[in-house]
Amino acid sequence: MATFFGEVLSVYSRAVEEDDDDLDDENEDERIHREIEEKREVHIVWCPEVAQSLEDSGSNKLQCSDLIIAVGTNAAGFLSAYVLNTESWDAVGHVSLWNERSRGSSRQSIAPLPGEPACLFYRHRDNPAVFGCLQKRGLSVMVLSDSPVAEYKTPDYLYGSAVPFLRSLKSSASKGQALCPALEQPNILTGLPAAVLSHCQVHQIPAVLYQCYTDVISPDSITMETFKPALLCLSKLVKLEPCLSADVLRKFAIITEAQSNLYT
Amino acid sequence: MFVAAECTPTSFKGFTLIMPAISVGNVGQLAVDLIVSTLNMCRVGYIHTDCLIPMAGNNPYATFAENANDLSTNAEVYSSPELRLAVLQIRTPIIQTKSKKFCKLMVSWIKASGFSRTVVLSSSHAYQRDDQQLLGSPLRYLQTPSMQKVTGDRLKEMDWKEMETVSTFPGVTDSEQRLYIPGGGATKGLFTDSCAEDIPLVVVLIFCSEGDNIPDAFTLLNHLNTWLHLVDAPAQTQPKWRIPASWRLLFGSGIPPALF
Repeated sequence: MATFFGEVLSVYSRAVEEDDDDLDDENEDERIHREIEEKREVHIVWCPEVAQSLEDSGSNKLQCSDLIIAVGTNAAGFLSAYVLNTESWDAVGHVSLWNERSRGSSRQSIAPLPGEPACLFYRHRDNPAVFGCLQKRGLSVMVLSDSPVAEYKTPDYLYGSAVPFLRSLKSSASKGQALCPALEQPNILTGLPAAVLSHCQVHQIPAVLYQCYTDVISPDSITMETFKPALLCLSKLVKLEPCLSADVLRKFAIITEAQSNLYT
Repeated sequence: MFVAAECTPTSFKGFTLIMPAISVGNVGQLAVDLIVSTLNMCRVGYIHTDCLIPMAGNNPYATFAENANDLSTNAEVYSSPELRLAVLQIRTPIIQTKSKKFCKLMVSWIKASGFSRTVVLSSSHAYQRDDQQLLGSPLRYLQTPSMQKVTGDRLKEMDWKEMETVSTFPGVTDSEQRLYIPGGGATKGLFTDSCAEDIPLVVVLIFCSEGDNIPDAFTLLNHLNTWLHLVDAPAQTQPKWRIPASWRLLFGSGIPPALF
C-alpha cells in the first residue's frame, strides 16, 4: 500500500495472516512438524500415591468434587497465600510440558521449583475430593484469573478507586448466585480460563470463573485480597486464612525494584 | 466435534447452513452476528475443537436481563427450524497450523449433518484487486459443481459476478488459471475441500479493507438477502437488521474526561 509520502507500507489484517494462502507442506516439513507436535504434548506427572490410585480405579479417573484453578500471578498468589498456606494441602502432581516459549530445549523431568512458571496440583489432606482430574459427573469447577484493567471495556471511564474489581462468568449448568457482578458484554476471556470454561459449558459441568481486573502488573497483595469473596462458597471444604501477616504476603508479592536506574 | 446443547439431538437434514470464514475485516462474522440477532435464533450446539483459539464471554445477543448471562463459546451453532436455517458463528481465529484440519472437520460435519446447501460468507483484500475488479460491484461468488446442479444459473441470472481466477505465473500469457482469495483465510481451503467431497457450497465474498467493517457487513448481507430472502424487505428499500449488544465499544472504552 502506497502512502502519502511515497513509501510502501505492508498492509496487515487483524483477522488473517499474510501467508494464509497455499499452505502446502513438503514431506520433510511434515515430519518436523509431527516431531514438534509430539514434543509439545502436555503430560501430567503424579506423585506415586496418586498414580497408584489412578491405576486402581480402572478407568484412569480420580474422584473429585471440586476443582479450583488459578491462572495468573495474582490468582495463583491468592491461592498460595490464603488457601494452600493452611498446611492441609499436599502437592500431588505437576504438568510437564514444553513449547517454543520455554527456556531450555527439553522438558523438565523434576517438579518445578517455586518461582518458576509452573502448573501444580494440590489436594486437600482431610477432604481428598477437593482437587481434580476432569471427570464429568459430580464435579464443580472454579477458576480464578487476573487480567489488566486496560483490557476491560466500559462506556464510562473507570476511575482509579474502582480498581481492582471482580467479575464472574458461569457455565449454564452452574446454579446459584455468583458473588460479584457478571462480566458485561462486550468483554471476553481467552486462553486457559476460557478453554476450561468452554469445556465445562459444552459438557454441562457446573463452573464459575472469577476474573480480577487490576492495574498492577506484578503480584500485589491488594489484588490478591480481591479474590476473597470467591472462596466463600467453598468455605465448608476449604479453609481460608482470615488475616495474613505481612511476611506471608511479602513472600508472594514481588516488590518491584528498579532493576536498572538510568542514573546509577 | 459438534456437541448438542440440549439433550434432544437436533436434525439438520435439508437445512441451509450459513457460516463465516475468518477473513479480512471479519466481515463474514459480522454478517452472521446480524443474522442471528435479527432472526432471534436459538443456540442448539457447539463446535468443540482444538483448532480454534478458546474464548468465553456472556451472551452477545442479549435482549433482556434474564438471558444476558448465558455463557457463549468460540464456535456455536444456531438454528431456526421455521426457516430451515442453521447458522454457525466462529468467534476466534483458526490456529495457523490447524487450518487444514479445521477445513476437513468442517467439511465432514457438513456432510454428516445433511445440509442441503452451505453458504460461506467471506471477504478479500480490496488492495489486491486488478483494474477490472476496481470497477463495478465489490461482491463476488463461487459455487461448487454440486451447488451448480442445485441452483443452476440462478446466481448468474441475478447478475452476480463470479470470482475471477488469476494466472499462476503473472506476466506469462498462457499460464494456467488458479483460484486466489487473498485475505480470505480458510475460504479457499473450504471451497476446494467441498469441491472434492461433492458438497453443495457457495462462497459469497466482498472486497474490503480493515477498518470499520460494519457497512461492509450490511452490504454483504443485503446482497445475500436478495437470493435467500432471510428477511422481508419492501421493494426498493433495504431490509432492517438488528445490531447485537456485543457490537458496543468496538473501538475501545469510554474516554477519560480529564483528557480534555
